[in-house]
Formats: sequence, C-alpha cells, structure tokens
Amino acid sequence: MIGNGSVRLLSKNFDVPNMATLDVAMKHGAYDMLKRAMKLKPEEVTELVKASGLRGHGGAGFSAGTKWGFVPKDKFPRYVCVNGDESEPGTCKDRLIIERDPHLMLEGALICAYAVQAERIYIYIRGEYYYPAKVMAEAIKQAQAKGFIGQKILGSDWSCTVHLQNGAGAYICGEETGLIESLEGKKGWPRLKPPFYPAAIGLWGAPTIVNNVETLAFVPRILDIGPEKFAAMGSPKNGGTGLFSLSGHVNKPGVYELPMGTLLTDLIHKHGGGIPNGKKLKAVIPGGSSSHILTADECENLPLDFESVAARGSMLGSAAVMVIDETVSIPQLMHWMVRFYAHESCGQCTPCREGTDWLLRLSKKFLEGTARKRDIDDMWQLADNIDGKTICALGQAVAWPTKSYLVKFRHEFEALCRN
Amino acid sequence: MTQVTIPETLKKKAEEIFFRYPAEKRQSALLPLLFEVQREMGWIRPEAEAWVAETVGVSPVKVREIITFYSMMRAEPVGKYLIQFCQNISCCLRGGENILHHMEKKLGIHVGETTKDGLFTLRVVECLGGCSWAPMMLVNEDQYFVLSVEKIDKIIEGFRSGNPVAPDHPTPLLGNVAGEAVA
Ligand SMILES: Cc1cc2nc3c(=O)[nH]c(=O)nc-3n(C[C@H](O)[C@H](O)[C@H](O)COP(=O)(O)O)c2cc1C
Ligand code: SF4
Ligand code: FES
Repeated sequence: MIGNGSVRLLSKNFDVPNMATLDVAMKHGAYDMLKRAMKLKPEEVTELVKASGLRGHGGAGFSAGTKWGFVPKDKFPRYVCVNGDESEPGTCKDRLIIERDPHLMLEGALICAYAVQAERIYIYIRGEYYYPAKVMAEAIKQAQAKGFIGQKILGSDWSCTVHLQNGAGAYICGEETGLIESLEGKKGWPRLKPPFYPAAIGLWGAPTIVNNVETLAFVPRILDIGPEKFAAMGSPKNGGTGLFSLSGHVNKPGVYELPMGTLLTDLIHKHGGGIPNGKKLKAVIPGGSSSHILTADECENLPLDFESVAARGSMLGSAAVMVIDETVSIPQLMHWMVRFYAHESCGQCTPCREGTDWLLRLSKKFLEGTARKRDIDDMWQLADNIDGKTICALGQAVAWPTKSYLVKFRHEFEALCRN
Repeated sequence: MTQVTIPETLKKKAEEIFFRYPAEKRQSALLPLLFEVQREMGWIRPEAEAWVAETVGVSPVKVREIITFYSMMRAEPVGKYLIQFCQNISCCLRGGENILHHMEKKLGIHVGETTKDGLFTLRVVECLGGCSWAPMMLVNEDQYFVLSVEKIDKIIEGFRSGNPVAPDHPTPLLGNVAGEAVA
C-alpha cells in the first residue's frame, strides 16, 4: 500500500531501470514463480488461479482459472495465445506491461502454458506497437537463452516455444476468434459461436487458451502471495487489483493500479486529480468506448468491479475510464465513437456492416446542422437492429453506447435538430 | 516495367518466419512476411506481392485479400515519414483535432496527402493505445505522446533538418504506476 488505497502488485517494478532485461528482472524474482508452479501438478496450478478470483482483463471479465479448466482432457497439441491487441479505445495499460516488465507477462504465459500443457505460445501484439513489440522480442530471446523457453524447460519433460506475431491495424483481431483467424494467416473474421471458447477448438482446430496480457501478468503474483491474499485484495468475485487506464478530462491522466472495487469517484478525484479548469463532470465512459455512458449522477458510489458496473447498466470491460467534462457535446462524442466502429466493422454480418455505416452518416448530420428529430429514432432503431444479431460482440460494442448516448442525452440531440 | 528484385535479407527473414509455425501451417506466415516486405521496401509492390504468394504457397488472391483487409498494409508508396495521427475519443477530448489542423497547415497538406518533396504523408488513424498520453501519433515506427502545437513544430522541423526529436521510448510512466516501488 502507498496510501490512498493505491496498491502496486502487478506494476511494482515498472519504475525499476532496465527491468526489461533478464538480469535485472531475475534480481527482482522473475521466473521464480514459474519454478514454483512447475513443482505443482498442472491442474493444481489451474485450481490455484481459479481460487484467486482472477478475472479476464481483456474485456469480458471471465474467470481465468475456469477458462483454463475448459481444455478437453485428451486433445493435443494445445496452444496459448496472449492477446496484446489492445485496441479498445481508451485502453493503454498492456503497452506498459509489455514495455516495462515483459518478463512478468512471459512468466505468466509460461505458467498458463504449463497448467494446460501447451507446447506453443503466440503473443499477438497490435501492429502499431512497434516499440513494445521490439522490447518483447528481445525479452523472449533472453528468456530462451536462459532456458525458460524451449526444450525441456528447467529440466522437466515439458517443452514450450514462444513466438511473437504482429497485428496489422484491425481492431477485430482483438476478438479472440478473430485473433486466431489472423494467426492462421487469414482475414480476422470472427468465428461463429458455439463453440463459445476456443479452449476446445481454437488455433488450427486445437485447444487454445486466449488471455489478455494483463490477466497473464497477474499469474506470477498470485503464486507469490497466494490465491487467498489475492482474492482478499479485491471485491467479491473480483480478485486482486486491476490496471485502470484513465484518460480524457482529468488533471492526472495515467495508468492506475488499484484494488478491484475501487470507487470510480476516487479514481477520478483522489487519484486522477479531478477535472481540470474548474469544470464540472458531465459523463464517464467506464470500460472502453464499447461501454454504456454514465451520467455524472450515475458515477456516484460506484465500485469498479465487473458486477457493480454491470448492475449500473454498463460494463467494466477493459477498465478504460474516459472522463468527459461539461464542455463536450454528446452528439460530437457519438460521432467520434461511431466513426471508430464503422471503420473497424469487419464486414462479415450485414447488420453491423451496413448499420455502422448508416450510424456514421446520421451522426454527422447532427454536427452539420441537417439533422431532424426522426434521425434520433432512426439511430436508435439502427442500433437495435445490430444489437444481439451479429456474429461477434463488436455489434453490441457499437449498439450499446449508441443507445445509451441517445437515451441519456436525448435533449442534446434534439437541440441540434431542425424540427 | 522496371525489374524489382527481392532483397536477400527478406528471403532469409521468410525462413525465420516459417520457423514460428508448425511445418504444414505456412499460410500463417502471410501477414508477418508482408509486414517485413513493407518494412524493407517501403510498400508492397505487385512483384513483391507475387513473391509472397509463391513463397508461402497460396494463390495471389489470398495475398490481395490480406492486404486489403489489414489497414496497415500499403499497396502504394508513402512519404519518407508516415505520420499516423490518432483521431479517437481520448485524443479528441484533449485537443487532438486542433493540433491536427495545425499540422495540416504546417505541412501544407490535408489528411491523406503527401508533401511535394515526398517527405511527409499525413494520415488519421483510430486509437493507438496511448490514450492516457493523449494526443498521440506515430511517425513511421516511433511514438510521440502528449502532443501540443509547440511539440508538433519541433518534431516536424526536426525531421526537415535531419535532426529528429527523440521519440517517447519507452512510454513515460503516468499514474500511480510511476510511484515508488512497494513490496
Ligand atoms: C470487438 C472485440 C475486440 C476485442 N479486443 C480485445 C483486445 O484488444 N485485447 C484483449 O485482450 N481482448 C479483446 N477482446 C476480448 C477477447 O475476445 C477475449 O475475451 C480476451 O482476449 C480473453 O482474455 P481475458 O479472459 O484474459 O480477458 C475483444 C473482444 C471483442 C468482441
Ligand atoms: S459483428 Fe461486425 S465486426 Fe463482428 S463479425 Fe459481424 S461484421 Fe464483423
Ligand atoms: S484515443 Fe488516441 S491513443 Fe487512444
């Protein structure tokens, strides 16, 4: 604890100079937890992670240990994919993990691979992360030279290789089946569900665990402090801490590691230093641009954990908190938001492909002064036609925020209409 | 048509890339190989596209499909410095649009264009994962954060004079993760 409720568990070595080099990392205990994990049976490691209450930090918040347990018993080979696509607008925490403590993430991925007895790990890093990818490539090389990666790791019977893959500018490759398609050398078109998790049928049809960078980086820490202590740090059903990407209208934007369940208002005011220039808070996007917007009133007394934010009608998602002050017009925000999804729709489903395009055109009308009242209802209808009718969750990711902006700030849209 | 030769370094790189996948999964090498072609040759020329198809062992139309799907793949040349400026929410909230307009004026081009001297191409992109350091941009492979009109001027002049401003590598620590280490 540093005071203020701030806890640096995952990020405790971020400010250690040269932490990305193996020598320095090992002085700070890197790969000790891999050794500890490998003294346990693989399924014991999975149980431990389950007991810790670790949730997925990539967006969906699914229990990590439970997911690892989905791997079918007798199916080999198996793979682990690390999701470092980090493309949900507002989210910028995986970049710090990769740049500042890549061995922590690598160790977590290796522990995961040991737990599910995978023989390969693919680390998928978005193409625009040139510098982070360079750091990770070097870390892999060093860990390999020291025998933490490769044949018969630490003298055991288990072998596992690690490979880096760069994305190339497609948000949809963050969706786990889109990521897998991309790794197979195809367009990142998400796969039809079921199967709901690639744990049974994933990369090249093999059992595959896909976890976010942050999720895996927590794993060595869980082994270190024990699952009970980890679970107790967070809030009910939400183990440990989380990295919150704070952006927008705050005095101190940045990445904050805080216990799960920290109050949103504490993040904004106590940690983030409040709203600049004496302005009033208007709204918050709590979990990346795909989440429902919250009005200032709805931000009160809201613990940042998956259940609490869902109960308030939004989602914690990737814990990317975007703060919006009173000077921002919500129709303008709508345009910025919709423009992104219209650009990133992969085009596979008609409601999403056509719907996002129409939403973009209509959202522009409000900024150009040509909108009519019926455009508000048309936008809602378009969003509703996408919602729940698509192959992947990008559909909801645009439908949900669109509806929430229209419902909660209807007056602002009406004020811009000609009739 | 001028003859385009594939650099030896690329051929070596291809072998390295195939090594990342099970032997029979050569198609996986498609995207990384195209990435390397672009890195080495600036953009993906038709001849290089054909070479990739042949090397990977897929039909040319498969390669085309990948190039058109992934927005970072370039089938046309760009300036010496490709500027990719973020236009997503967090960057816009912190004045990104004004800074972008300033850059257009400074370069004398609009978004999507290349300067006459072939030095700069300006593009807008969606969230670059630097939202807490907004506004941000990439110039080729380098990241620049917390942009202001003054910082843009320095960066552009730096490139023009052959004395580039050092990029923000690594990403500076902002937030409580920058604080003192705790056990
Ligand atoms: C459109 C879309 C984009 C996504 N982008 C990302 C991403 O950039 N990074 C990520 O880790 N998860 C992303 N996800 C979530 C993944 O599908 C998946 O749930 C996650 O990688 C699982 O890891 P976790 O359980 O550790 O969170 C995205 C999902 C959707 C629907
Ligand atoms: S919902 Fe959109 S992004 Fe997802 S598969 Fe369908 S078209 Fe593609
Ligand atoms: S919104 Fe610009 S980097 Fe994320």
